[in-house]
Amino acid sequence: MSKARLMQGNEACAEGALAAGVRFFGGYPITPSTEIAEGMAKMLPKVGGKFVQMEDEIASMGVVLGASLAGKKALTASSGPGISLKQELIGYAAAAEIPVVIVNVQRVGPSTGQPTAPSQGDVMQARWGTHGDHPMIALSPWSVREAFDTAVMAVNYSERFRTPVILLMDEIVGHLREKVELPEADEIEIYPRRQPGCTPAEGYRPYAPAEDLVPNIADFGNGYHIHVTGLIHDETGFPVGSPKVTREAIDRLHTKIEIARDEITHVEEYCMEDAEYAVVAFGGTARTAYEAVLAARQKGIKVGMVRLITIWPFADQAISDLAARVKGILVTELNYGQIVNEVERAAAGQCPVELCAKYDMTIFEPEEILEAVESLVAGGNK
Amino acid sequence: MERSFEQYFRQNRLPHLWCPGCGNGIATKAIVQAIESKGLERDKTVIVSGIGCSSRASGYMDFDTLHTAHGRAIPFATGIKLANPELNVIVITGDGDCTAIGGNHFIHGCRRNVDLTVVLFNNNIYGMTGGQASPMTPTGKKATTAPYGAVDPVFDACRLAEAAGATYVARSTAYHVQHLTSMIADGLDNKGFSFIEAMVQCPTAYGRKNKMSDPVQLMMWMRDNAVMKAAWDKLPEDKKQGDRFPIGLLYQEAGVDYATAYDHVIDLAGGAAK
Repeated sequence: MSKARLMQGNEACAEGALAAGVRFFGGYPITPSTEIAEGMAKMLPKVGGKFVQMEDEIASMGVVLGASLAGKKALTASSGPGISLKQELIGYAAAAEIPVVIVNVQRVGPSTGQPTAPSQGDVMQARWGTHGDHPMIALSPWSVREAFDTAVMAVNYSERFRTPVILLMDEIVGHLREKVELPEADEIEIYPRRQPGCTPAEGYRPYAPAEDLVPNIADFGNGYHIHVTGLIHDETGFPVGSPKVTREAIDRLHTKIEIARDEITHVEEYCMEDAEYAVVAFGGTARTAYEAVLAARQKGIKVGMVRLITIWPFADQAISDLAARVKGILVTELNYGQIVNEVERAAAGQCPVELCAKYDMTIFEPEEILEAVESLVAGGNK
Repeated sequence: MERSFEQYFRQNRLPHLWCPGCGNGIATKAIVQAIESKGLERDKTVIVSGIGCSSRASGYMDFDTLHTAHGRAIPFATGIKLANPELNVIVITGDGDCTAIGGNHFIHGCRRNVDLTVVLFNNNIYGMTGGQASPMTPTGKKATTAPYGAVDPVFDACRLAEAAGATYVARSTAYHVQHLTSMIADGLDNKGFSFIEAMVQCPTAYGRKNKMSDPVQLMMWMRDNAVMKAAWDKLPEDKKQGDRFPIGLLYQEAGVDYATAYDHVIDLAGGAAK
């Protein structure tokens, strides 16, 4: 019997989170992300988990952090305006090193924008939305099946690095319905909650880094009597007003992600074997870009596509290598131009980088991208 | 003298940062004595606080403790309680933290009747930032942001809690320290949202601006103006005016707490065995 199901991206995201062990969801309704909350409200109690609809986006973020500290893998989901409200506590999660996954199903902004047309305008918000220096991991799926897979990956990374992870979906993928076959439970690798390596009597320090620079912080209720704060703290978890401790704390937050960068920066290539030009795309836009690449190939243009699955940390190495071997890069994104700046930075002048941007509520037509590819190949702007 | 309460403090984090004469220490001690009197298991008790003078209390207390962001203690505490209902979750907050920036969370925490014990240290001022007016600065009293006296009418946090659905509401003061302890202890007994307003003196930021810079003076004001609930109810309306305010158990009702109510959802969904 086929296990294929017709499923929406948002539903697959909820299924993926559940499969990865999420047992707590706190949220607030906002289109186009609401189906994730609705799915969790239905599915979580079936597995003994809990769903709570909070009074606002800020509370939704607070409640999932509390649940995570008490030992439950936790998820929240929203869209741009709601993610703006969550930023304070996303930074708290980064500083206090609390595992949590935040889904952003992007819509057109700024502000209330164009509810709820598709956009990819929150790329930089995902990276820099909260105040202060902090690392960020963000993943962006391009299909319903990948919404499931990246949800699993996001939960695993949040647990492994004890850091907030943003699943940067877009309305295209969130509301897309596709036939999918989801993996069996035994095919899914799950990163378990990290556990303390020693007891309080043995000198346990909750924020002392393990070998991978990530601390093994005890869950509440296990007799460790830990203190968790958003203030800069030392290995004991207590605030310290010292320049040395401050510098080291901020260094470690970044370094714990940086040393795993190659491993967590996922990029996929299409038609790149003999490519002289490349389209860089991510999320729902990559679907159209791929169509355009196939159409260009029909016309004899040697173009391929590089798709960013991991948005943050940025795929510096992959893009630098790409820029060294092609004659030009076209970046397609559904915004005024955000990730293009990162591509330009990583390409570092090795080849021209052009932008194909769209920010008018509508998704790309393959022809628009094809035209931009032809223009790049012709060696000039339109 | 019995000093068994000391075991509940992280001795290596003391002395505290509060000013001489501050009432927060009295209220914090009342909390641990209430915990002791009810025999709560220390490893299963979590203290959650927001931001401000009140909220530094958590760092001194030897439990699992969580110092959250400004106004957000109740959502964090809600997550902890729902994720692990066997934990006793106590929230320490202040007048600005709870009724201004955290006002919406306070209302909805009450409404959900989450089994939390919330103790609001009301010092009538934003102390940590140097004495700005809060929603509980009495109208006409001075603050750095109310140099001519506060314009805003005040919140009565207890009436707000009652109206929003809290199932246990009480008030006491740093002067009435044993009474305060018993009000908190009774709140710990209530399986639902318990709210205790602990009036505390702030000689530095509030008192100094309002010609009451001596902490004893502030505590005498509490003594002279607090009226036990039973006596308050018998007062004629014209005697309830001015600075007078009721203390004691102000409201209590039976109600199903949120985690218990959600257990029913899990039953309905067939997830009880999981």
